[in-house]
Amino acid sequence: MAVIRTLRTGARRVAGLLTTPLLPTDYLDAIAPLRNAEVPRARVEAVRPETANSATLVLQTGRGWPRHEPGQYVRIGVDVDGVRLWRSYSVTSAPGRPDGRITVTVNAVAGGAVSTHLVRHARRGMLLHLDRPAGEFVLPRPRPARTLFVTAGSGITPVMGMLRSCLNELADVVVVHSARTREDVVFGAELRALAAQGRIRLVERHTRADGRLKPAELTDLVPDLFERETWACGPNELLDDLTTHWADAEAAHLLHVERFRSAVAVSGEGGTVTFLRSGTVVETDGTEPLLDSGEAAGVLMPSGCRMGICFSCVLPLREGAVRDLRDGRLTTAEPGDSIPVQTCVSAAAGPCRLDA
Amino acid sequence: MTTIQHKKHNPIAHLTPEDIEQIGIELDAIRDEVMASRGARDAAYIRRVIKVQRSLELGSRGVLLFSLFPPAWLIGTAGLSVAKILENMEIGHNILHGQWDWMRDPKIHSTTWEWDHASPAEQWKRSHNELHHTYTNVIGRDNDLGYGIMRVDEEQPWHPLHLGQPLWNFVNACFFEYGIAAYDLELGENLATKEKRRDPKFRAALKKVRRKIGKQVLKDYIVHPALSGPSFLHTMAANAVANLIRNLWSHSVIMCGHFPSGVETFETTSIDGETRGQWYLRQMLGSANISGSRLMHIMTGNLSHQIEHHLFPDLPSNRYAEIAPKIKDLFQRYGLSYTSGPLPKQVASAWAKVIRLSLPNRTPVPAAPAAPAPAAVRSAADDNRRAGWAQKPAVAASTAHTAA
Ligand code: FES
Repeated sequence: MAVIRTLRTGARRVAGLLTTPLLPTDYLDAIAPLRNAEVPRARVEAVRPETANSATLVLQTGRGWPRHEPGQYVRIGVDVDGVRLWRSYSVTSAPGRPDGRITVTVNAVAGGAVSTHLVRHARRGMLLHLDRPAGEFVLPRPRPARTLFVTAGSGITPVMGMLRSCLNELADVVVVHSARTREDVVFGAELRALAAQGRIRLVERHTRADGRLKPAELTDLVPDLFERETWACGPNELLDDLTTHWADAEAAHLLHVERFRSAVAVSGEGGTVTFLRSGTVVETDGTEPLLDSGEAAGVLMPSGCRMGICFSCVLPLREGAVRDLRDGRLTTAEPGDSIPVQTCVSAAAGPCRLDA
Repeated sequence: MTTIQHKKHNPIAHLTPEDIEQIGIELDAIRDEVMASRGARDAAYIRRVIKVQRSLELGSRGVLLFSLFPPAWLIGTAGLSVAKILENMEIGHNILHGQWDWMRDPKIHSTTWEWDHASPAEQWKRSHNELHHTYTNVIGRDNDLGYGIMRVDEEQPWHPLHLGQPLWNFVNACFFEYGIAAYDLELGENLATKEKRRDPKFRAALKKVRRKIGKQVLKDYIVHPALSGPSFLHTMAANAVANLIRNLWSHSVIMCGHFPSGVETFETTSIDGETRGQWYLRQMLGSANISGSRLMHIMTGNLSHQIEHHLFPDLPSNRYAEIAPKIKDLFQRYGLSYTSGPLPKQVASAWAKVIRLSLPNRTPVPAAPAAPAPAAVRSAADDNRRAGWAQKPAVAASTAHTAA
């Protein structure tokens, strides 16, 4: 065994010498992009429409993809108009499928570049980039005796992941789900089938006809509300309401919420800039380049031409929005992103965090 | 060539300060237009070029495994030369300029890319992007002018050593990548004194270059030849020839960018307080293009559009050809000459200058400026070139990317 291992490392080293300054995988990527464990990718195997505005993507994961926990999400990198953009989607399939496939369900949000692109343009064979599965929105072990899921809109997706993989281990499950109309319910048929088999109790709320769900109504719908361990996912207003309601009942420990990321704040007029490494925080007015703001505050900033042509000043934007002073173009980063920006020609367009 | 400030007929004397600023505004508009339309088509272009280059390289190296057979040697060497040229010019040079950073693909990014070249990307980026592109053709600031080893301007004092410069230039062409590595290290200056030689910064940089060259040499002259077994020596020779061809080619292309007649140079003092418009103007006058086919442009890494490249170094290279007619039209409207010519002519012109300047000047250089220089319109106490940029409102459309 040891011999084989030595041979293998030796072969790998020789391959590295053959392809320097590139890696052997850079050449292999052209023919077998999923074999590269360093750069996790996925291939779209099928696209199944769910509702008018959502679709499920079946993704073939590649080497090195770790097993996810039901309820977790994965960040997916998609090239939209040539630019790689990353968004998080809940994994809706059960973990550990022998064929290494997972599914995610994407809801096209109005004005959402990535979700719209995926729902409208995803095709079999398309290559996507993956991050490791993440998130704390998971069921504990041992499983709770009685569970309640309160979801709205695409908030059903992480819960669907849990139901598909753990329903056998859950004795008493209630799902209260809100959607605009009956047709807008993602996984509607599957949920109703589960309800018909008596495996879950399903309460559907169609908000166009019946209005938004108020937490107070929950007590009528689910009489043993505070005896259940509850997982909730949906728009922020709903989650805020629920959090208050559970806190008022002194049952906050029974409620687990998953928030979808809110859009990045873009003021267009400067903002608080945090230089993460040095811990320096400065207020900027939106006309001064980040490079100048940083230097003025004593941050050691890399720089060169100071006029946008040499790319020596590039730093990763970890969160927030910056505006290119030359043409007004906005660049935004969500938590988890790391988008290189030229600090000499970029100014804050809202609060932002830079890796410097 | 004489710095523009000392010429009898200053080619920009007819431009008013307002004209120069107007040129800046028009150029900014051209840039904005391209930036706003960058997209999937451009991304597909660079990925295609990379794919073609890698396939060609793999294929050629495969053929060279049998380089003992003359036809295999010829085909393999030719293919590898082209692959190496593509890798350095259209791919490496342009990626390291940040032309493709907007794609946010970490595999095609100026901060992560390393190229098939003796000089590590990090060091090359500094000397090339930061110094050469900022101080283009400013005597004393832009070391690309003669690479510190040649006299390329009448105003540089003549020394008997310059008699040999045609020879230095030829040797430099043959070993161009090593010349560049030495130049990026500022070897001449850093070896000059004991103190400088011992500077830990210099030593660290030197170590990086040594390691890089070590790997490159090992690859081309040991590992690949060893893989070809009985063809060892033949493959070794093939790789050496491919490197030589690549060096000669890139040297020629680069000489054509700033040396041919018609290209202007500038005095060090002329760039103090330069406005955006003046900076653009200096790039316009300090560069020359090469005319030719699409293939020719790709093989030069689109440095055949040197003028466009110097105006907008971070524009995707496939777009230079597209904006060239607009730039040419702008030159015409402002009565400026757009220097361009076929490769053999430009190479000959550049060589003629190297040879001519190896001899002392026939006529003395005029001592005082004969005409107002562009810097005459400097905006007082404003050394920030960004000052020239108009503040524009944020582009609303791109905010769409924020929502999921
Ligand atoms: S310092 Fe040169 S691009 Fe920013």
